[in-house]
Amino acid sequence: MATTTFPIAKPKGGAFLLEQRQPHEVFTPEDFTDEHRAIGRATAEFFAKEVAPHLDTIQYEDKSVAVGIMRKSGELGLTGVIIPEKFGGMEMDLTSMMIVGENIAGDGSYAGWHAAHTGIGTLPILLFGTEEQKAKYLPKLASAEWVGAYCLSEPQAGSDALAIKTRAELSPDGKHYILNGQKMWITNGGYADLYTIFAKIDGEKFTAFIVERSFPGVQPGAEEKKMGIRGSSTTPIFLDNVKVPVENVLGEIGRGHIIAFNILNLGRLKLGPLAIGGCKDVIAIAAKYAKERKAFGKTISAFGMIQQKLAEMAIRTYIGESMSYRVVGMIESHLENFSWDAPDAAQTKLKAVEEYATESSYVKVFASEVLDFVVDEGVQIHGGYGFHQDYAVERAYRDSRINRIFEGTNEINRLLATGMLLKRAQRGALPLVQAVMKLQNELLSPPELNLGGPVGPFVAETKLVENAKKIGLMTLGIAFQKYMTTIDEQQELLASITDIMMNAFAMESGLLRAQKIAASGKNAQNATEMAAVFCREAMDSIEAAAKVALANCQEGDALRMSLAVLKRFAKYEPIDAIKLRRNIAARVLETGKYTV
Amino acid sequence: MKIVVAIKQVPVRDSQLRIESDQRWIQEDDLGFEINEPDAYALEEALQLKEKHGGEVVALCAGPSRATQTIREALAKGADRAIHIEDDNLRDLDTFGIATLLAGAVKAEKPDLILTGLQSDDLGYGQTGVVLAELLGVPHATIIMQVEVQGGSIQVKRELEGGWFQHIEMPLPAVLTIQSGINKLRYATLMGIKKAKSKEIKSVTPAAAPAATAVLERVYVPQKSKQTQIFEGDAKSAAAKLVEKLKFEVRII
Repeated sequence: MATTTFPIAKPKGGAFLLEQRQPHEVFTPEDFTDEHRAIGRATAEFFAKEVAPHLDTIQYEDKSVAVGIMRKSGELGLTGVIIPEKFGGMEMDLTSMMIVGENIAGDGSYAGWHAAHTGIGTLPILLFGTEEQKAKYLPKLASAEWVGAYCLSEPQAGSDALAIKTRAELSPDGKHYILNGQKMWITNGGYADLYTIFAKIDGEKFTAFIVERSFPGVQPGAEEKKMGIRGSSTTPIFLDNVKVPVENVLGEIGRGHIIAFNILNLGRLKLGPLAIGGCKDVIAIAAKYAKERKAFGKTISAFGMIQQKLAEMAIRTYIGESMSYRVVGMIESHLENFSWDAPDAAQTKLKAVEEYATESSYVKVFASEVLDFVVDEGVQIHGGYGFHQDYAVERAYRDSRINRIFEGTNEINRLLATGMLLKRAQRGALPLVQAVMKLQNELLSPPELNLGGPVGPFVAETKLVENAKKIGLMTLGIAFQKYMTTIDEQQELLASITDIMMNAFAMESGLLRAQKIAASGKNAQNATEMAAVFCREAMDSIEAAAKVALANCQEGDALRMSLAVLKRFAKYEPIDAIKLRRNIAARVLETGKYTV
Repeated sequence: MKIVVAIKQVPVRDSQLRIESDQRWIQEDDLGFEINEPDAYALEEALQLKEKHGGEVVALCAGPSRATQTIREALAKGADRAIHIEDDNLRDLDTFGIATLLAGAVKAEKPDLILTGLQSDDLGYGQTGVVLAELLGVPHATIIMQVEVQGGSIQVKRELEGGWFQHIEMPLPAVLTIQSGINKLRYATLMGIKKAKSKEIKSVTPAAAPAATAVLERVYVPQKSKQTQIFEGDAKSAAAKLVEKLKFEVRII
């Protein structure tokens, strides 16, 4: 088992807001073991040689080609990374799974196949199946001999997953459940051999079932014609009196939502590395084009505005990457002596993942929006050619869009992220109220005079991160005072608060990583510059979001006072971001790719 | 059959190379490294021979500590164990020095067959395998396309020029330098990567090697020595200009 050993604290979920982390306590890609790196290279090599040559075929001609490729990747172990060896898997850690995801993500369509199969297609059985169910199905899924799919959404129930109408009734002889209904937007739907299907027993008890494609009455519908990831299979699934043996009930009857939500938690986190893998690809494509395309007698890479784009693409990718693997590391810190042989193995894994549900939502939202930004600028760098189907960036642009929709829309994730923090606070799992009160007391005392405080690398950024968290806590406190328990209904406000908190987490992740690289004695200039630029631009968006939120909660003198405090926290001395972005772009152009 | 495969770690293909300020080598800081391509085919050949005839494949590598990565990948692909002649200053040696170090390690193993790539992607001398054979006092053959084992000897196919091949029967032990592309490289599997962790890598400090007699004087980007001129105008006037140039400037007609 690839294990990661580093002295990471086991922070409580959401505790990043209240505690100050040290650089050595966070996991970063620089901490990958040799084995992790070898896995990354093996996956990238497989993608370059076996997937990349078939992209047009998969997208425009015959999407089922992807199934054969995926089976081939199964021979390498790429479809069974975290599955125990006794069920035909590699029994590796989560980090390995994320690294495979990142390196398989060079094409949205193929990534769709692979991620759906190995994620939502396999994980429900791995994490909730009985020994018998696992022995029966996991070996087939680990090798990709069978393709897996996950059926939760229905035409009228997307984000509102619990509103599904698919019914299950126990047969008179008590041996089967009879499933009837329709599922929608099922990734791998048209070619899957095994489905995890959610239905309500007697129209009430939300339950998951393992359904084989060969069970009579299972019928995929026509392929959807999509904006992007056109080479992935997305179909409805019709269930017409499907007889499912009672032993194929997955998990507990009436507790299917536990499966649904936990699988989504992991899926959201995994979307981070997948999106970041996509970003890296587009940066390389755009840099190559910028170095080739000539205008006004120069290559366009010589122009400042093109450089600014490349730099900003790299900066946000760096931050998204730092956040993703930081959360992966936080989860791994709970799994240090993890063994599938332990009786509560699956529970241990699920609890570790669930602990960071808020942070996983940040990763999902941030990384999917970074990818959308990167592909958008990627097209822009290509100018008119970026609009042509012949250029890879056109496909990347269309493929990116779905990431903000699936695995919970970014809107749902914005609500959940802060909603879950509040729930934790209510449960007493997170001393959020105490922190807010402490901050309010601090605000009542006069501001400390800034008489030439400490100077040096990272000092200004560390202060920015600290202040970003304070703005988050202050806004949350004021919002809660105003709306109390009805805060759940204030969607726009919750989303603003999430944006503040998410940006604070993003700033901190990028900063700590740069500090960690510097502490290791390696050249940290690039990471430092990327973190420096990001911390300041994130503070600007934090200030804007906080203004909107505060004005919704207060008025008159109270508001004016809060805004004054906000102004104090959000203040910083600007750096020459234009110059730093040029430096960052120069490194992208020199290496032809995203580097840290 | 015991096979030793000598492999070298070189910069990843298509890397953006930058020359060190002292012009003695390239900057290695930001470079990625991988197995030398012909060596990868040598390793694959060895693994296939082992699959057919049984035995053991030992990967042998002289290189700095970073070469461990490449050695592990050889183990991940199926080599049984490895020997790493580890030294960060091997660049000071020439082919004869490196081959001397390799020969020392090979002798201790007493293999039936020694394979290596026909040349390295970085320096491209194409000599190491040959010198190694000489030092071991065993026969060698270069640019090998195919290897067949027949009892105590081997049949090999050598690539000559102009589409010609030479078929040779050789006694064992022998050194073969392998041509790229002769077989289909396998991927490192995740299980292989996992198992490689528990395989032995014997790290040896290099013995005294003869001081280099061939020294790399200067590394530089190839200088442009050719020029292209395009003659404007219609065919007749362009041809006239060409003749004039060839007569009076180049003086070849």
